[in-house]
Amino acid sequence: MAIHREASICSLLLAVLLVCCIAGVSIGSTTLQWTTTMQVIAGKLLPFWFPLQSTAPADQVIVWLIRVPRVIVAAFVGAGLAVAGVVMQGLFRNPLAEPNVIGVGSGAVLGAVIVFTTGLAVQFAVALPIAAFCGALLSLLVVYIVATRGGATPVAALLLSGIALAALLSALSSLLISLSVVNWQVAQEIVFWMMGGLDARSWTHVWLSAPFIVVGIVISLVYARDLDLLVQGEEAAAALGVDVEASKRILIVVAALLTGSCVAVAGVIGFVGLIVPHVIRLIIGPLHRRLVLTSALAGASFLILCDLLARTVHPPTEVRLGIITAACGAPFFLLLLVRKYREVSQL
Amino acid sequence: MNSLEITGIAVVRSGREILNGISFDVTTNSTVAVVGPNGSGKSTLLRCMAGLWPVTGGAVTLNQTPLPSMHRTELARAITYVPQETRLDFSFTVRDVVLMGRYAHRGRFERSKRDDVDAADEAMGRADVTHLADRLVTNLSGGERQRVLIARGLATRASILLLDEPTANLDVDHALDILELMRTLAREGHAIVVATHDLNAVYRVADRVALLDSGRLVAIGSPDDVLTPQNLDRAFHVRAETLIGTEGIPVLLFHRLEISSGVHCR
Repeated sequence: MAIHREASICSLLLAVLLVCCIAGVSIGSTTLQWTTTMQVIAGKLLPFWFPLQSTAPADQVIVWLIRVPRVIVAAFVGAGLAVAGVVMQGLFRNPLAEPNVIGVGSGAVLGAVIVFTTGLAVQFAVALPIAAFCGALLSLLVVYIVATRGGATPVAALLLSGIALAALLSALSSLLISLSVVNWQVAQEIVFWMMGGLDARSWTHVWLSAPFIVVGIVISLVYARDLDLLVQGEEAAAALGVDVEASKRILIVVAALLTGSCVAVAGVIGFVGLIVPHVIRLIIGPLHRRLVLTSALAGASFLILCDLLARTVHPPTEVRLGIITAACGAPFFLLLLVRKYREVSQL
Repeated sequence: MNSLEITGIAVVRSGREILNGISFDVTTNSTVAVVGPNGSGKSTLLRCMAGLWPVTGGAVTLNQTPLPSMHRTELARAITYVPQETRLDFSFTVRDVVLMGRYAHRGRFERSKRDDVDAADEAMGRADVTHLADRLVTNLSGGERQRVLIARGLATRASILLLDEPTANLDVDHALDILELMRTLAREGHAIVVATHDLNAVYRVADRVALLDSGRLVAIGSPDDVLTPQNLDRAFHVRAETLIGTEGIPVLLFHRLEISSGVHCR
């Protein structure tokens, strides 16, 4: 593919992301003019050039303290989950791998629930992403060890081990919530958080997730060529010069870092890591250097749009974001599974 | 001159002995064919020679340097291993796959250089897959995929080539092309080790043959010295008859060994 085509697709995705961001900030229970949105953002970022006096204080609060952080968290979580999907699909050499399908999301949730129920999350804000990362890492290692044999991960083994692990980890999370929390309101908040959502996300959530997600995406880009070879099998990759064990270790940590950071600030949001890389692969091909960057951009736009839908589909009530992504992703996943088995049965 | 030497190597996996006490070497301008029945350890031997599997005894050295002490990229630039099959579930183009043979020659952030593109083009030409360059590997036949893997191996421009059953999925025409290519590569200064079940192909390409049986080296030497009725009986339990083809190349015919009751002998 010519470099200019790659650049045009990236530019297009950037433009789409920008439009999604403006729409995400402008549309909501109080719809604002996009010019007002831009004025507030410009005034906050460049106060000497664009003074804020021309905008109402209420609009400033809505834009800068409520919607902008929410949209930024949505963008980073969407990008993080999409790239986590790309990395896991490469690691498992299986296009159906995705953080929540294979139980890694449940591991991150368990880690987060532990810090919620012990009160650590209140005392140290950073404990939440760290615990979610550790939970994701442990569950990813378990699935990898159980499902991978001889450098290959069959679909059935991957999905079955993911289902079993997710069930176990979800049960543990439920047990912890029911045992540890005497305050029903806190328990309700945790359960609501587990359903996935971006309501009441603040700048703190941006700082809690964005640095980890950026680091994860950058490392994924650095290891993009290793992923190209790893999807062809570990032996082939090693024969062509990849230090397979070292690359695998780093990529497993990256996948867990991305999943953990996303789950920590947004709860369980399924299928983004499945839908986005699949669609992007169809457009731009499977080379990971292109796939990582474009999936990150497309994942960010996708989740901002899903969040916008969640906020506006049934006002004033917000539909949980996890429900929207599952409603889009589950049928897509089943379609892919049917196609995969048709291909296998035709061989 | 490059020399890949294996000295008394043994491989034990899950308590099962796969190879034991195998020694030989391969140098530039020569081809060694590794033959033997199913499960005799041919593929394992090639993997050990590529440094992909650790040996539990003995050593594999490249120009006197033990393979485990070399970095993987350094090894990949010197030795290429072409497996019989590779997972190709993701829809890369043939050109993408062949260019992946240049992994060890490029930095992490480098795009393909002129040299990489030239190496890939030359490799595709030699393996006769240039016309497939923009096709998706997921849409290729088994034989076409195998030629793509050979092209990917050639794109590394390594001087030592290890090929596992390179003609197994090929039609007769392409199989002869690949055998001819191996001869040419050996003449150009490559050292080649090829594991094969096609004993008649051995006469076309190999200077030496290593005959394995149950993980042990039964014989090594010229094809005429190794592919004798006695050795083939011992390793394959068949009666072999040698004819001379029109090109002067020996052709082996095989017959089952039978005992007086008419039951096939194994």
